[in-house]
Amino acid sequence: MTNKAFKGLSPQEATARVEASLKQRRKKEKRFRLMGLSAVVLALTFLVILFSGILTKGLPGMFQHYVQLDVVLDKARLDPQGDMSDASLFSGDADKIILEASLASIGEEGGRKTKKTLRKMVSSGGSQRLIEFVKANPELMGTTQTIKFAVDDDIDSFLRGFIKRETAEKDRRINDFTIEIVDKWQEAGLISYELSDYLFFGSASRDAEMAGIKGALFGSLLTLAICVSIAFPLGVAAAVYLEEIAPKNRWTEMIEININNLAAVPSVVFGIMGLAIFIVTFGMPRSIPLVGGIVLALMTLPTIIISSRAAIRAVPPSIRDAALGIGASKMQTIFHHVLPLAMPGMLTGTIIGMAQALGETAPLLMIGMVAFIVDIPGGFTDPATVLPVQIFMWADFAERMFIQKTSAAIIVLLAFLITMNAAAIMLRKKLERRW
Amino acid sequence: MFLRVATAAATVAALMSTPAMARDNVSIAGSSTVLPFATIVAERLGRNPAFNTPVVESGGSSVGKKGVCDGIGTEFIDIGNASSRMKTGELEYCDANGVKITEIKVGYDGIVFANSKEAPQLNISRSDLGKALTAKVAVNGELVDNPYKTWNEINPALPNVAIRVYGPPTTSGTRASFAEIINEKAFCKKDDEMKAALKAAGKKAKTCRAMRTDGAYIEAGEQDNLIVQKLQEDTATFGIFGFSYLDQNSDTLQGAKLDGVAPTFEAIADGSYKASRALFMYVKHQHVGVVPGISEYMTEWTKHWDEDGILADAGMIPLPTAEREEMAARMTALPVLTADALK
Repeated sequence: MTNKAFKGLSPQEATARVEASLKQRRKKEKRFRLMGLSAVVLALTFLVILFSGILTKGLPGMFQHYVQLDVVLDKARLDPQGDMSDASLFSGDADKIILEASLASIGEEGGRKTKKTLRKMVSSGGSQRLIEFVKANPELMGTTQTIKFAVDDDIDSFLRGFIKRETAEKDRRINDFTIEIVDKWQEAGLISYELSDYLFFGSASRDAEMAGIKGALFGSLLTLAICVSIAFPLGVAAAVYLEEIAPKNRWTEMIEININNLAAVPSVVFGIMGLAIFIVTFGMPRSIPLVGGIVLALMTLPTIIISSRAAIRAVPPSIRDAALGIGASKMQTIFHHVLPLAMPGMLTGTIIGMAQALGETAPLLMIGMVAFIVDIPGGFTDPATVLPVQIFMWADFAERMFIQKTSAAIIVLLAFLITMNAAAIMLRKKLERRW
Repeated sequence: MFLRVATAAATVAALMSTPAMARDNVSIAGSSTVLPFATIVAERLGRNPAFNTPVVESGGSSVGKKGVCDGIGTEFIDIGNASSRMKTGELEYCDANGVKITEIKVGYDGIVFANSKEAPQLNISRSDLGKALTAKVAVNGELVDNPYKTWNEINPALPNVAIRVYGPPTTSGTRASFAEIINEKAFCKKDDEMKAALKAAGKKAKTCRAMRTDGAYIEAGEQDNLIVQKLQEDTATFGIFGFSYLDQNSDTLQGAKLDGVAPTFEAIADGSYKASRALFMYVKHQHVGVVPGISEYMTEWTKHWDEDGILADAGMIPLPTAEREEMAARMTALPVLTADALK
């Protein structure tokens, strides 16, 4: 090693110079390490801020206030036609029976004002809950049962301290008379604060106290099911063909460039295409998971193809050569040796693609899945929405209790995503082979 | 593996070849201002076990008006919601596609100019408000970029506070209405100096709908809740949003008086508070009786749209009784909207 800078120097002088520069080099190295570390710390800080914000708001959103009422299950009034059918129960007097129960709870006959106030204090979903209760327990007809009903979201806000007693009456969402009744309920121990069953088992609703994510969660699952069953086989097939079978020429190069371009196309473009092809040309209905799944599959396809190709490329050629050497056909080599070895990488890519699809709303906007949908989807052709859309819609509703519900739904979505990513890592760890 | 690919491909092919599927739920899309009320009504209808809950999509007034006119068939929506009336051009698009629609006014929405309760309540004339927010105003007879930095530069009676207003972006119907009612009609068409300057520059009053872009008017996104949060944090700023958000946050926010009238439920309902607009739904004739539940959905509105109804609780301003009756009659008679009716 001859260096110009050291020409004509005695060994001692050279050593001294190197030593002097060594200090500089170590300093540089230290600085570089610090920069890396601070980048990680910064990212983590943001993550902590984000998570603590969501958790502090979202955890209370998972709970809500209920009021226990003694309800008289009068068969003649609840079920006027006497056949326990949905139509008969719907035409029954459930609302009035709940009103009477709430009047009894404060020990009053009740004038018009009291009735009007009480009607607004128990969630409007109360009658549905009562109907479900008698449907589940028809043998209890005729008895008096204690059933817990969600309180209206304004009362819930008050009990949580968001609406303050000190605020002037005209500036408050609830008046003094309502507060008096709430006080009576609290004294009698009728109010309880527990894990919200509506959040997990309820569907979309404009009443904050009974809004839930079940419908959106089912919609997400149905959409992802379609998405994975299209994107995975197609993606793997494309990757195998491009890596193992296709000749390397200008055409395959073109295809490769286009796949990479497709990965960078804004997701809303896929939605516009979905609208034009599946809904307008094929005449499929709007807002269904089938169309949503196909659109998301097209969106995640490039991700899966790219990661699958990388996984196939990572299988050492010696394995192919060995298989071909002992007389295996090209097909046999691919299916018996290359694919099983590349599978962990392909699955990881697929799961990451699915996690990406789970969080998408933009492509769904065009095909009508960004919508308020109450009925829980039972199949691939029922109208459905997905979790991120539910979050987006709740964030915009004026009622204040939706702020907490939004964060609670975000927690659920994050839990879903973390599970998927953890599964990806576990799969990789479990199936990974080293050569 | 190969088998799996084959089955998946077969499934997809089978699904693709399914002929157009019938729809048994009402499909609605349009204005995000109408959405909260439309969803309340839809949810109520859905409680009846005989009907599926209508699907309500957002997207904005233009999506509602265009979407309902796109064509006939179950792949198109049945009802379009809008917070501004259909224009003749939009109706022509309907005619071109052979779509017949009925116009139903469902209620009113107030647009409020609000700030935090910790700051004093503003009492401002509509003309002054327009002068504060219009992009180009008249100074010495010439149209120039709006030079006003503080409210008292516009009118000495107003506070010495910097003009900083959060409001919705251009895609919003709330913004379009605000710009039309305040900037154009109350300021540019009324203020003499402004009228002269516009004439001299050869420009129409419509150009006044452009909001300031120098930082005095800040676009805060389509989410009104975001504006509400900003106002609660920063007491020196103002915000523009729908009345229902003021109604929900009446303990922390106050609406400015416009020409001496505060935005209360009563003042908007009787028309003395001027910044308000009508909410419409456009029902496609050809779908009534084909898609189950359209008539029932319309009837469901009539059960909740009066002063004591749940829609008023949610912040919608009801129509006067006579107009409600007229609209209820339209729901059964289904008169076809013509270009003459829009003039």
